[in-house]
Amino acid sequence: MDYSQFLNMGQELSLLAVILILFVADLFMCTDRKSGKGVLNTPLPVILLTVHTLLGLAPLVCPCCVADATAFGGMYVSSNMAIVVKTILSIGTIIVFLTAHEWLKQPEMANKQGEYYTLTLFTLLGMYFMVSAGHFLMFFIGLELASVPMTALIAYSKRSQESAEAAAKYILTALFSSGLMLYGISLLYGTTGTLYFEQMAPQISATNLVQLAALVLFIGGIGFKISLVPFHLWTADAYQGAPTAVTSYLSVISKGAAAFVLFVVLYKVFAPIIDQANLLFFWIIIFSITLANIFAVRQKNIKRFMAFSAISQAGYLVLGVMGATPQGMTAIVYYLLVYMVANLGVFLIISITEQRSGKLLISDYNGFYRTNPKLSFLMTLALFSLAGIPPFAGFFSKFFMFMAAFKAGFVVLVLIALVNTVISLYYYLLIVKAMYINPSDEPIPTFKSDGYTKLGLVLCTLGVVLIGIISWFYSYIDQFSFGL
Amino acid sequence: MNFLSLFVLIPLLMLLGLWLAKGVKAVRGVMVVGSSLLLVLATYLTIDFLAQRAGGNTAEMLYQASFTWFEPLNISYRVGVDGISVAMLLLSAVIVFTGTFVSWKLSPNLKDYFLWFTLLSMGVFGFFISIDMFMMFMFYEIALIPMYLLIGVWGTGQKEYSAMKLTLMLMGGSAFLMLGIFGIFYGAGGQTMNILDIANHTGGAHPIDFAGQCIWFPLTFVGFGVLGALFPFHTWSPDGHASAPTAVSMLHAGVLMKLGGYGCFRIAIFLLPEAANELNWIFLILTGISVVYGAMSACVQTDLKYINAYSSVSHCGLVLFGILMLTTTSTTGAVLQMLSHGLMTALFFALIGMIYGRTHTRDVRLMTGLMQIMPFLGVCFVIAGLANLGLPGLSGFVAEMSIFVGSFQNADTFHRVLTVMATCSIVVAAVYILRMVGKMLYGVCTDEHHLKLTDATWEERFAVICLIACIAGIGLFPSWISSMISDSVAPIIDAVKQAI
Repeated sequence: MDYSQFLNMGQELSLLAVILILFVADLFMCTDRKSGKGVLNTPLPVILLTVHTLLGLAPLVCPCCVADATAFGGMYVSSNMAIVVKTILSIGTIIVFLTAHEWLKQPEMANKQGEYYTLTLFTLLGMYFMVSAGHFLMFFIGLELASVPMTALIAYSKRSQESAEAAAKYILTALFSSGLMLYGISLLYGTTGTLYFEQMAPQISATNLVQLAALVLFIGGIGFKISLVPFHLWTADAYQGAPTAVTSYLSVISKGAAAFVLFVVLYKVFAPIIDQANLLFFWIIIFSITLANIFAVRQKNIKRFMAFSAISQAGYLVLGVMGATPQGMTAIVYYLLVYMVANLGVFLIISITEQRSGKLLISDYNGFYRTNPKLSFLMTLALFSLAGIPPFAGFFSKFFMFMAAFKAGFVVLVLIALVNTVISLYYYLLIVKAMYINPSDEPIPTFKSDGYTKLGLVLCTLGVVLIGIISWFYSYIDQFSFGL
Repeated sequence: MNFLSLFVLIPLLMLLGLWLAKGVKAVRGVMVVGSSLLLVLATYLTIDFLAQRAGGNTAEMLYQASFTWFEPLNISYRVGVDGISVAMLLLSAVIVFTGTFVSWKLSPNLKDYFLWFTLLSMGVFGFFISIDMFMMFMFYEIALIPMYLLIGVWGTGQKEYSAMKLTLMLMGGSAFLMLGIFGIFYGAGGQTMNILDIANHTGGAHPIDFAGQCIWFPLTFVGFGVLGALFPFHTWSPDGHASAPTAVSMLHAGVLMKLGGYGCFRIAIFLLPEAANELNWIFLILTGISVVYGAMSACVQTDLKYINAYSSVSHCGLVLFGILMLTTTSTTGAVLQMLSHGLMTALFFALIGMIYGRTHTRDVRLMTGLMQIMPFLGVCFVIAGLANLGLPGLSGFVAEMSIFVGSFQNADTFHRVLTVMATCSIVVAAVYILRMVGKMLYGVCTDEHHLKLTDATWEERFAVICLIACIAGIGLFPSWISSMISDSVAPIIDAVKQAI
C-alpha cells in the first residue's frame, strides 16, 4: 500500500491531530477545583483550529502540493472546491467556539468543556469526509460521524429537560433519515453494482423507476440534514432546546456541508436524471421558503425564530443546485460563506445576551437599543445581511444565487423566492423594530461582552460588510467551481 | 479616480466622520461640511457639463469610467452622467444640504439619525451616477432601507405601521425589478450589465425579442413605479410621508420618489423600447388615475402632511405620465417636473415641519391667522403653495406646461383625451392649495397658545430661502436647464420611437 496517499487528505489528518491534542490536553489539564474554572478554555482550541485552517489552505497557495487527488482507490476525492468549503466550515467552527466561551465558563460546564470541543470537531471531521467522498460508503460514514456526536452536543445541558427532549427528537429523526438514505443507496447498488460515484453515473437512466425511487430517498435523507420542508420538523425544537452555541453550529456548519454534498452527488451521480431532481427541488424549495417564512413571523422565542429563518435560508441555499451548473456551485459556496458570518453574528449576540440576562424572547429585546446600542447596531447589520439588504454581503449572495437559478431557466421559482424575500424582510425587521422602536419598562440592562465574543463579532461584522463589496471572494470561489 | 465617484465617496467619508464624531456639534459640523461639499461638487458638475456640451462634446454620457467588479458575472463599476442625471444630482445635493439644516435640532440620537440619513443620500447619489444595472439596483436598495429606521425611530403618529408598510411595498417593487433586470441581462445575451451597451446594440433587431420585452417591461416599470407612486401602488406614500420626520419627508418626496421616474425612463423605456411603445397605454391609464385621484384625495384631507403627500402622488403621477407620452417635449417636462416637484415638495414639507414644531398640530381646522404670528413662514408657505399649483414664474409652471404641450403632440384621440383629463388636476390643485392657505394663514388667530409662537430661526430661514431661490431660479430662467435636459432626452426618445 502506498502510504503517501494519506498526504492527499491533509485537512482531515490535521483536524484529527487537533482533536487528539485536545483530547490529551483535556486529560492532564483538569479543572482547577478551587476557582471552579476550567483550565482548558477557549484559547487552545481556537489557536489549534486556526493553525489547522491555515495549513489546510496550503494546496491552494503553494503549487508544490497537489490539490486534485484521490486516496484509497477513489473513495476519497479531494478538489480545490472541497478545500475551500472545508476552510469555510472550519472558520465557522472557530467563531462557534468563540460563541461558546461564556457558556462553557459556567461552573457546571467547566469540567466537561473538553468533551464539547472534541465532539464538535468530530462532527466537523465527519463533514470533511462527506465533502470529499467519492464513494457512498465514505459518504455514509461521514454523515453518521457528523450526526451522532451532534446528539450528544444537543443534550449537553444535562439538567435541562428541553435539551434532552431536543436530543431525542434529533436522534430519532436522524436515524429515520439515515434509514431512508441507506435504502436509497442500496437500491442504487442493486441496479448499478457499484458504490463509486464515477462508475455509477453511466448506469443511471431516467426510465429506471428503481433509480428514481433511490433519488427520492436520497433527497429525503439529505433534506433532513439541510432541514428542508417537509423534513424540517425536528428543527425548531432542536434549535430551541440545544445550548445556543450548539444551535449556532447546527444552523450553519452542518447545513452548509450537506448542501455542498447534495450538489456534488447530484452532479456526479444523478446527472442523467437531473431534470427529475429539479422537479423535486422545485417544490421542495417553494415549500421550504414559503412555509418557513410564514412560521417565522409568528415565533416568540428568538432561537425558534432563527430556526425557521434557517429553514428558509436553506431553501435559498438549495436554489443553487437547480440545474447543477458551475455558476450555481459558486453561488452555493458563496452564499454559505455569507450566510455563515451573518448567522453566527446573530447567534453571538443571542448567546451573550442569554448568558448575561437569561432572556430569550423576542419581546425581551424591546428597548435593547437604548441599553446596548452597539450590540443592537451589529445585530441590525447581521439581520440586514440575512434579509439581503445592500451594501451588506447578503444582498450580493442572494443576487448571485437568483442570477444562477434564472440562468438555469427557473424564472418562476426565482419570482417566488423573490416575493419571499419581502416576507423574510418583514420578520427580520420585527427584531429590528423590537430593538429600536418598541418601548419597554424593563429592557435588558447594559452589559459588557467578553473579549472572545467581541473578537467573534468583529470577524462576523467584517465579513458582513466586506465579503460582498470586495469581489475577490466571489471570483476566487468561482475559479474552482464545476458542474453540468 | 473618476470625479463622479466623489458623489459616493463623500457620503462614505461622512459616515466615517459621523461614526467618529463625539457630541452634537461635531456631528453637525460633519454634516454641514459634507453636504456643502456635495452641493459645491454638484454645482461644479453642472457648470462643467454645460461647458463641455457647449464645447461640442456630444457623447451620450460624460465622465464615464469603468472598473471590472465581479468579472465572472460581467458586473462592473460604471459611472457616467447625461443631462438628466446632472439635473437629478443637483436636486439631490440641494435637498440633502437643506435637509441637514432642517434636522438641526432633532432629538434623540442626532448622530444615529444622520448616519442613516447619510446612508440614504449615498444610495441616491450612487443611483444617479451609475450606468450599470447591478450598481443601479444596489444603490436603489441602499436608499430604501434606512427609511425604515428613520421613520420608525424618529417619526410621529402611526410610525411603526407606516414604516413597515413603506419598506415592504418598496421592497416588493424591487423584487419585481430584480427579476426584470435578470430578464434584460440574460435576454441581451448575458454579456454586459452596461445600460448603454444594451441600448446601443449594433445592427438590426433589438437583442431582446418582442415577447421577452413584453414580460420584462411591466416588471421593471412596476418595480420602479412603486417608488414613483404609480396607482394602485401609491398607498405607502401618504402614510409614510405623514409619519416621517421633516427632513426625511423632504428627502423622500423630494429625491427618493424621483428614483422611480428616473429608473422607469432609464431602464424600462430605454432598454425595452418596443414593449414601451406597445404597452404604454396600460400605464398611461394608471398614471392618469394617479394624477386625478391624487389631486382629488388631497382636497378631502385635513392633515397638512397628508394634503402634501396626496399632492405628491398627483405630481409624481405627472412625471410618469410625461415619460410615457414618449415625446421629447413631454419627457423633458417630466424631468423638469421631477426637479421642480422635488424642490417645492421639500419646501412644503420643511415648512409643515416648522409649523408643526410650533403649533403641535397639523390639522388645518385647528389653525387660523398664522400669518400675523409668523409672517416669514406664512409668506414662504404661500410661495410654496403657488409653486405647487403652477403659477408662472415659479418652477411648477414650466414643467407642467411642457408635459401637457408634449402630450398633446400625440395626434390620436386616446392620448389627447388623457391629456385633457390630466390637465384638470391643475384646477383641483388650486382648490386644495388655496383652501388650505386661506384657512391656515388668514383670518384672526383665536388660539391663545398659537398667539405666543415665534417665527423661524436662522437655520430654518436659511434652508427655506435656499429652496425658494432654486424654485424661482428655475421658474424665471428655465431655458438653460430645459435645454440641458432635452439634449439628453431627444436621442433616447428618437431611438425609442424608431424601434417600432
